[in-house]
Amino acid sequence: MTSQRPVAIVATAATPVHSAYAGPEAGLVMSCVNDLLAATGLTREELAFTIAGSCDYLGGTPFSFVMNLDGVGAWPPVYESHVEMDGAWALFEAWLRLQVGDVDTALVIGSGKSSSGDQRRVFALQTDPYTMAPLGLDPVSLAGIQARALLDAGLATEADFAATAARSGAGSLDALLAAPYVSDPLRAHDVAVPGDGAAALVLVAGDRVRELTDTPVWITGMDHRIESRLPGLRDLTDSPSTRAAAAGAGADSGPLDLAELMVVHTPEETILRNALGLKAETAVNPSGGPLAGHPVMATGLARVVEVARRIAAGEAGRGLAHASSGPCLQQNLVAVLEGDR
Amino acid sequence: MGRRCAVVGIGQTDYRRRLEVSLEGLVRWAALEALEDAGLTFADIDAVVLGKAPDLLEGVMMPELTLADALGAVGKPIHRVHTAGSVGAATAISGATLIESGRYERVLVVAYEKQSEGNATWALSGGKSGGQGAGGTFAPWIRSYIRRSGAPEHIGWKVAVKDRRNALRNPHAHLRIPDISEDKVRESPMLWEPLHFLESCPSSDGAAAVVLASEDAARKGPSRPAWVVAHAKRSEFASFPGRDPVRPQAGVDCAEALYRKAGITDPLRQIDCAELYVPFSWYEPMWLEGHLLASPGEGWKLTDSGATELGGSFPVNPSGGVLSSNPIGASGLVRCLEAARQVRGTAGEHQVDGAKVALGHAYGGAAQYFAMWIVSADPDPDFT
Repeated sequence: MTSQRPVAIVATAATPVHSAYAGPEAGLVMSCVNDLLAATGLTREELAFTIAGSCDYLGGTPFSFVMNLDGVGAWPPVYESHVEMDGAWALFEAWLRLQVGDVDTALVIGSGKSSSGDQRRVFALQTDPYTMAPLGLDPVSLAGIQARALLDAGLATEADFAATAARSGAGSLDALLAAPYVSDPLRAHDVAVPGDGAAALVLVAGDRVRELTDTPVWITGMDHRIESRLPGLRDLTDSPSTRAAAAGAGADSGPLDLAELMVVHTPEETILRNALGLKAETAVNPSGGPLAGHPVMATGLARVVEVARRIAAGEAGRGLAHASSGPCLQQNLVAVLEGDR
Repeated sequence: MGRRCAVVGIGQTDYRRRLEVSLEGLVRWAALEALEDAGLTFADIDAVVLGKAPDLLEGVMMPELTLADALGAVGKPIHRVHTAGSVGAATAISGATLIESGRYERVLVVAYEKQSEGNATWALSGGKSGGQGAGGTFAPWIRSYIRRSGAPEHIGWKVAVKDRRNALRNPHAHLRIPDISEDKVRESPMLWEPLHFLESCPSSDGAAAVVLASEDAARKGPSRPAWVVAHAKRSEFASFPGRDPVRPQAGVDCAEALYRKAGITDPLRQIDCAELYVPFSWYEPMWLEGHLLASPGEGWKLTDSGATELGGSFPVNPSGGVLSSNPIGASGLVRCLEAARQVRGTAGEHQVDGAKVALGHAYGGAAQYFAMWIVSADPDPDFT
């Protein structure tokens, strides 16, 4: 790999996570874009490249991202793209786009309005169309299978799952463990509640970084990897794709003050901590993580925003943000962020 | 600025109803052909980029997850692009960005649609029954173009005949109508005035793939590279008072940015041929004007003169174009890879003699998303 052009996050934005946002998804997007323009003093025209992540299926409407352009602000016409993924993957393309060298500024957005549908039914459509889709395998059921694999392997207990939920503010351990199962061995507190929301950031390379902020947050590495679509072909107690993405992002080249992990089901925290080799010094999900707020399709990018905010505020020097896609942590992205060195 | 990127492998399936092959089989078919062309295997690929139009067309959500195995992506990065009808070209550009950034040496770009697994007109109408379909969106703008330009009605028929005749030279093409004629087009049923049935694209299944490589990797390959000398994208709002959907500003801006980057000052002369996204016949003259290849009101005259025929001075859609095959999500990538075939000299029966520089183009949404690239036989084409 050739030497990397330094790229920094100079501003971040995130909406509250709504249980059911009354307006259109474009309203969530526009709120973030307006916040970013106000924070940086940039005009819309000064953001040379825009890329968003969202998913048609949340609203059951093809081309739903087209309406989001109204929130992006696409007039005069903009140089723009879209991934049908969490906004964290939009960030990955933007980060590489700035490394090409001819573009210095990028707007990155992730947004979703999951309240439009029943997420367990909607996400069941991610599985293979011919053999698994007819079974109606939804991500919560698959997460239950993954949790059972962890218990059977002796790698975690139901109390460990509940402890993750308790740290996210779900309540006392005893009360949590007394609750009934929703997808055995998962209880309600083990499953993040899907919400509506957006997250966004401005990415800058070159001399403009110093013009725009005194507290740049550098993305020193980023990578993502995928695993097989077939749960039966994978060791569900491990996440080799997370490990490979962390290595590709250079996560182990220094101590990590914090890690924001996309833990949508509590057992995933155990798997991710092990795969990343996190040490006791690393604070995991100080924000509460997705269990405290899960704006579907923005949840991964929101992890990046959380880490960037803490670094910009001087609360941390170096942190890791993780995003995931697909059932049972099938696909994982890792970004390593650092303050001024 | 950035590293050079080249197309070193091309693969595509036949475009028709493909009931005999699964979704996985379809994309793998195109990917394997592209790898073979590049003299590579899946093991040589650093990253995969997947593109397609709405997931609702097949009912598989975020299909990069389920297609990871078929595309040899397990253990690698894969990401999914969706920019409406322009997505095939946008996916190629996304792949080129990965190479130009310096991060990857070889990237596999795949785009597909399997329309036979769903109901495209339903899905393209916002998932509502009784929708107007894509033709219903574009027909009023086409009528507006005809009124504004004073073009005679036969221009649309002429484009339909030309592209279907070209398709007879392309074994991958879906529609094969040996006795196609302007009379036959005119007499076919009126679907959306002024568009007749034979002025509209078919519903096709199919997948397309390219292997993109850095300059170092490209020079090691067995095949002649097609150099990606420039690419551009532009998007604008779907509608607002004062928007010109006949000649969208995003299309004009995109072409200007593209030619500037490539060093092209006289596109009609300096580009040898073009694969334009023409799903309805009239979009040929509309994009000739909308992308600065002809002055306003002059595009239809270029078509009428025969200049855009195979053998003309500026062949458009020698492959038969979208009018002959429309696997929606793949159609933009097919335009880009057919442009690459032309400059590599491997376009077979529809080869444009001496083509050195070619344009691949796609548009999408309410004619509001544009993605284009220029490929060249020479990494540093001299346009003086």
